[in-house]
Amino acid sequence: MIRTPLRPLARILDARAKGENPDQIERENIRIRSEATRDRQRARAEGRLLLMGLLFVGAFTVVGLRMGTLAASEPVEPRMAVASKIHAQRADITDREGRVLATNLVTHALYAQPPMMVDPVGTVNKLIKVFPDLDHDRLMKDFTGGRKFVWIKKKISPEQMQAVHDIGEPGLLFGPREMRLYPNGRLAAHILGGTRFGAEGVSSAEILGVAGVEKQFDTWLRDPENEGAPLKLSIDMSVQAALEEILDGGMKLMNAKGATAVIMEAHTGQIVAMASLPDFDPNKRPRPMVTGDASDSPLFNRAVQGLYELGSTFKIFAVAQALEMGLVTPTTMVNSQSPMRVGRFRIRDFHNYGARLSVTDVIMHSSNVGTAHIVNMFGPAAQKDFLGKLGFLKPTSVELIEAETGKPQLPPRWGDVSAMTIGYGHGIAASPLHLAAAYATIANGGVRVEPTLLAGVNKGNGPRVMRDDVARKALAMMRVVVTRGTASFGDVKGYEVGGKTGSADKVKPTGGYYKDKVIATFAGVFPISDPKYVIVLTLDEPSDNSGNIPRRTAGWTAVPVAAEVIRRTAPLLGLRPHAPAMTMAGISLAGKE
Amino acid sequence: MRSMIYLATALCVLGLAFWAYRVNYDTQSKRDDLRTLEREIASLQEGLGVLKAEWAYLNRPDRLRELVNLNFTDLGLMPLQSTQFATPAQIPFPPPPGVTPQEEDAERVDVLASNDRGL
Repeated sequence: MIRTPLRPLARILDARAKGENPDQIERENIRIRSEATRDRQRARAEGRLLLMGLLFVGAFTVVGLRMGTLAASEPVEPRMAVASKIHAQRADITDREGRVLATNLVTHALYAQPPMMVDPVGTVNKLIKVFPDLDHDRLMKDFTGGRKFVWIKKKISPEQMQAVHDIGEPGLLFGPREMRLYPNGRLAAHILGGTRFGAEGVSSAEILGVAGVEKQFDTWLRDPENEGAPLKLSIDMSVQAALEEILDGGMKLMNAKGATAVIMEAHTGQIVAMASLPDFDPNKRPRPMVTGDASDSPLFNRAVQGLYELGSTFKIFAVAQALEMGLVTPTTMVNSQSPMRVGRFRIRDFHNYGARLSVTDVIMHSSNVGTAHIVNMFGPAAQKDFLGKLGFLKPTSVELIEAETGKPQLPPRWGDVSAMTIGYGHGIAASPLHLAAAYATIANGGVRVEPTLLAGVNKGNGPRVMRDDVARKALAMMRVVVTRGTASFGDVKGYEVGGKTGSADKVKPTGGYYKDKVIATFAGVFPISDPKYVIVLTLDEPSDNSGNIPRRTAGWTAVPVAAEVIRRTAPLLGLRPHAPAMTMAGISLAGKE
Repeated sequence: MRSMIYLATALCVLGLAFWAYRVNYDTQSKRDDLRTLEREIASLQEGLGVLKAEWAYLNRPDRLRELVNLNFTDLGLMPLQSTQFATPAQIPFPPPPGVTPQEEDAERVDVLASNDRGL
């Protein structure tokens, strides 16, 4: 825009010529200019007002329309969004074949609202008839006192619910509940653990795992992301049932106070069955003991938490290490003169086996002295390193919340004497599951195996602990133990069992060892020519009283029970007996003949 | 002519209104059906869960063991044994077609049947 000058020279000169006042021209121009400015500003203000007006009209129209539609539409109650997939609050747990080990059941909880009650006193009496375990005085106080809300029962059966309906009291109300059900009762109780109710509301209650896999996988089991997929364990229910039955029978027959057994796949570390006796019913999980020894509680999982000096079963590790380091061969002769003096200690054998034994015979006769001499060849540092590679220095990595508590007890000073006693399994306390994993490592050709409870997981591909030929030589020695040595009762026809016995005196809580209490263990591998499964069976304080004097060694107690376990479970595991020539006559018929 | 157009338009509007009305109510009833079905699915799922739990409970090893013992005279069931495995080589080939079954075949059938029951 070209600004008009306030005093245009032409007009000024013109005015001067005419004798007029040139200031008038300037005033006139100022007036015109200010009028133009005023007009412009008014137009802008009017535009703004119009815009504001339109905005208000628009906003009011929207609000009005919305009110109109709300007023005109049918009122409906808000509904809970129904998920596309309906699934239970907590996932099921199944065995490797998909058979149910833990599931949920819909049930009801009973609660009362005393202010709504018609006849509180009569109701108390009728309730006591339905639930005899309720406390009369307590209920009376709750119902007639000032309380507005009382929980009566956390879980009731449909029959009980009907009985409560029949009381006809409007102040008694039901809240739906999901409860955890273990349909197989005591089966695999220590693995499953148990649950309890967490935060409780009228319409639902949380279920929380308290032990075992229920606690270990608590978050996973409650995660809706899984869309109800079950947790599949590596347990085989039929094998587990057979194992528990035989173990229970064996424990009673051998007068033991406790027993535990593990059957593990040698190449993957999957636990097929794992039992610990005495056991409990996870549906009615007992409370932890507050007095006495926790290891006497039925809740105690001996296979994972129980730390025992596992005795001669350790000898095979000393021999395997000597083989691995090239210090001996299976035929090398070693000193076995019993007793052996080491400083102020004496190491003796069960019998005196003469001055010298071959390495194979040391294992076969289970010679403590021979093993001590073998351990002396490599010493404590190398031994600690080797046992560490086999997993004896850490808790097992099995997926149980209790696994952490099974931390092996090691000697405070791992000197020469400790090394010798550890060579034959004294002075180190580990769980039977540790032993099973270590034996599985040998059966797996020397490649480290770690135990697992999940189906389809391969934990048998760890670092190499020993050479393949060393593992095969160790297996051959185990076979000799069964065919000619201390585990002769363990020779199950057709399954080529190999293994090692161990009978360790129990440690007194006050120090020293008991003379008449042992932990008898059999650790075995079958079939030796193509190892598939590892079994570890431990009896706590067994005593076979069928002879003149009580026999407590593993060969008389743990081995027969383990043999029976193998005889029963190997066919269930689908293992074909290894027999050279079977004829038609060799096959027996199932069922009634 | 013009009145005809008016009439046609009015009829058209009427028809469309009727169609919209029907679709509206159809949708609502379908939605109700859906809700009923979802409720039914939920309750059936719940029932299925109960049945599964009951099935697992009835098939628990303890109970089966007791039943086997109770019915031992009729069934004679024993634990599976290693001697019950056979190889295909131990079972005779079926006779060529046209040959009448002989004693051997009767035995073969017996082994097959027993394996069925045993495994």
